[in-house]
Amino acid sequence: MRYLPLRDADRSEMLRVVGAASIDDLFCDVPEEARLKGPIHGLPMHASEMAVERHMSALSRKNMVAGDVPFFLGCGAYRHHVPASADHIIQRGEFLTSYTPYQPEIAQGTLQMLFEFQTQVARLFGCEVANASMYDGSTAMWEAIVMGHRITRRNKTIISSGVHPHYVSVAKTMAKFTEDVLETALPELTAETDAERLISSIDEGTSAVVVQYPDILGRIEDLTPVAEAAHAAGALLIAVVTEPVALGAIRSPGEMGADIVVGEGQSIGVGLQFGGPYVGLFACREKHVRQMPGRLAGETVDAEGKRGFVLTLSTREQHIRREKATSNICTSSVLCALAFTAHLTLLGEKGLRQLASLNHARACEAADRLAAIPGVELVNSSFFNEFTLKLPVEARPAVHAMVEKGVLGGVSLGRLYPGADALQNGLVVAVTETASDEDIDALEAALKESVQ
Amino acid sequence: MTVNPSGWRPSAPANEQGEAQTITGNRALMLEEPLLFEIGSIEQTGVDFADVPKRATRLGGLERSRQIGLAGLSEPEAVRHYTRLSRQNYAIDLGLFPLGSCTMKHNPRLNEKVARLPGFADVHPLQPQETVQGALQVINELAFWLLDLTGMYGIAMSPKAGAHGELCGLLCIRAALEARGDMREVVLVPESAHGTNPATAAFAGYRVENIPANAAGRVDLEALKARLGPDVAAVMITNPNTCGLFEPDMKAISDAVHAAGAFVYCDGANFNAIVGKVRPGDLGIDAMHINLHKTFSTPHGGGGPGSGPVVLSEALAPYGPIPFAAKYPDGSFKLVEEENAADEHPNAFGRMVAFHGQMGMFTRALAYILSHGADGLKQVAEDSVLNANYILRSLEDMLDAPFGKSGPCMHEAIFSDKGFEGGVSTIDLAKALIDEGFHPMTMYFPLVVHGAMLVEPTETESKASLDQFIMAVRSIAERAKAGDQSLKAAPVHAPRRRLDETLAARKPVLTYREPEPAQAAE
Repeated sequence: MRYLPLRDADRSEMLRVVGAASIDDLFCDVPEEARLKGPIHGLPMHASEMAVERHMSALSRKNMVAGDVPFFLGCGAYRHHVPASADHIIQRGEFLTSYTPYQPEIAQGTLQMLFEFQTQVARLFGCEVANASMYDGSTAMWEAIVMGHRITRRNKTIISSGVHPHYVSVAKTMAKFTEDVLETALPELTAETDAERLISSIDEGTSAVVVQYPDILGRIEDLTPVAEAAHAAGALLIAVVTEPVALGAIRSPGEMGADIVVGEGQSIGVGLQFGGPYVGLFACREKHVRQMPGRLAGETVDAEGKRGFVLTLSTREQHIRREKATSNICTSSVLCALAFTAHLTLLGEKGLRQLASLNHARACEAADRLAAIPGVELVNSSFFNEFTLKLPVEARPAVHAMVEKGVLGGVSLGRLYPGADALQNGLVVAVTETASDEDIDALEAALKESVQ
Repeated sequence: MTVNPSGWRPSAPANEQGEAQTITGNRALMLEEPLLFEIGSIEQTGVDFADVPKRATRLGGLERSRQIGLAGLSEPEAVRHYTRLSRQNYAIDLGLFPLGSCTMKHNPRLNEKVARLPGFADVHPLQPQETVQGALQVINELAFWLLDLTGMYGIAMSPKAGAHGELCGLLCIRAALEARGDMREVVLVPESAHGTNPATAAFAGYRVENIPANAAGRVDLEALKARLGPDVAAVMITNPNTCGLFEPDMKAISDAVHAAGAFVYCDGANFNAIVGKVRPGDLGIDAMHINLHKTFSTPHGGGGPGSGPVVLSEALAPYGPIPFAAKYPDGSFKLVEEENAADEHPNAFGRMVAFHGQMGMFTRALAYILSHGADGLKQVAEDSVLNANYILRSLEDMLDAPFGKSGPCMHEAIFSDKGFEGGVSTIDLAKALIDEGFHPMTMYFPLVVHGAMLVEPTETESKASLDQFIMAVRSIAERAKAGDQSLKAAPVHAPRRRLDETLAARKPVLTYREPEPAQAAE
């Protein structure tokens, strides 16, 4: 077996040193009736690298590859070009095969990278501090809600109808088991968000208001009025960003008054990967840092006075505080954070702004072309690289019809909101820099045929 | 820019070894690296884009006007920056990484290759299901083998890491109890448990109580039985436990817990010791997470991503979360999610993550399982246990092994700091190991052993590698027992000496701030 270095001669010698007659002697604490008598049933014997690769390749070929077709899906996961060097960097064995940096003297690479990542995330989100990553955007949002609960000692959270429905679903699941009360609503196919509803719902029991920016339909709205209303009632504003590339073009949530900003970092540096692993981003105001979940890298000095980095403020964490910790999170998503920070370093401010304007320009062009199809209506008055169309027919069958023509044409709101009749004709279309002119032509033609 | 912006001043005196300092702060292959923000510029970029046609924007009047402050690097500078940083990390690729309970084994590169096949890496989670049949099959196939290896009934694939899997298991238990109208409030956790266990129970809304260990390092069965009652929802057991011992009374524990109407959660972090040898389902366990980033070798990546599928007993399986990939009689695969859950999985407790779990880890874990096969996985458990016992028996005359007399260990061996003199403690031995070219073992955990050192070599170490480690530990232990004060200065050969963690926590500096102009001119 190619991954096991011990040879039979080693095993015999080691058993002798250990004083065991056979390997089974070392399993003597396992009751006889719990021991398997032979190899596990059903699983084939070991296989060569070539044989395993052949099996996995065959499975991979049963999927339609986003890069092989005109592709326009978003809704929380975005296809951007990731520079080859970013993927090379995350495959450096010293990053790939290291552990959580508990021994800082020999983990400065990971720790300095995380310090840089935290700085980038904080600046991008317009916050003072950020942590070293969470699992993904949806779990980061729930952690932000319970953090708000701890800060305000209130338990009602008002969630905008523009928040990704899977994120809302995760929060609803968790709230069943805690004392948190969530107010939610379904979105409407209008150009305006539900900011007015949010503002009028805020009361003295409100812990936080949660808004997504840009929202699930791609709409962009100034968060300042909601932030002011929340703060006037002693509540917090939590902003969720599922497409951080947008922040190369539009103002950050922090600038508009958000107290906690969380997000999904997948769209910078991390591939689509059918939904995971991704990387949760988490930033907030400095005064709330001791209520934050997750790891934090901080600057310090070593015994010779040299600058270095360590994991810090760990008295918030499970391995110290156990049941009193701010979260149970341990392993997070550091390698994806490396992919994010490496890609963002390659972009820099200049590149991020170029990438963002390119995305917006492609989306504007596609939106105009698609809205010109008879019966198709553009819902948004504002958007970044993603917008919602109201079709004259249900969007789900239209999406499947487009697949027949070899086009992955968007996400139907019927998939995201099964049973919500008013949303069934909604199609969310994301257009990034990866969409070529020919791709947009193909989408236009396929959609035109599919709605007739 | 100064010659060396990383804080290592060339004018500093020679260190205590009398080594001369260099002008740059570099030492041959050991290269210092400034922060990105000290070498990059907001005008610099490593990516080329086509020109953007000028047209009106539709950004709702929210165009970003202020500078963000994101430093950029050209590609050669970026590759060098991260390559230099990488060389300041210890890694399995470099040597033995015996962190107890972390299972730092070799990460096969075939798995990296298959995870990057475009058919897995470049597929959107919301693509129509007819276009992702291969991806759904991977999830379903891996689920099948994990059930086969554990002898359990159902599985939740979506949890993102071990602690998230613990949460999933406890929510299944809570849903099952609520379904029978039984509101219980307490979760019992052994003192020796990982910190995530009590934190998870609290996160799921439970009150946590400790159960003690006996002198042999196992759960005290009688104390546990005495505490069980109508308020106890679950008991969280780690088996093999964090002292590196199998719980021989596991079945009796399960029976007692079930008799009291509660459920058994097993922390599967240490599954590596028994994979292919013992099925948790045969021990009466109701829920157990499997760290794919431990037993099934998906890379730990410096702190994740992990993946924590949870196997479930027949009693809990109906409550597992959505979504999951189901196989239909015609051979097709379909997600069970919000839309069809009412028909196909009506008692699901809900959804834990936005999409379908850690697909990139599933492909790697499946490749790992198929590579090893039934014979290889059994050998994994046997070699990991043999390696740990070899370390235990080769060190126990030099280091106190508190449970060494009570029999063999499983895949990790535990030692205490008993006999160290002159104020030398576990941390000093650990830091001296760094100078010898090893990653230290887990220190001061579990809490039930004084100055604990938990050593998990894994099965992917050769005998020669173990022998060198044993020699190094013996030599350092001898110095520790002699009270050698020089150990307190270790490490001296690492990229950094011991770091001031108190300073970091007292005055947290968590992001970079550009120096004030006056300081910069200094």
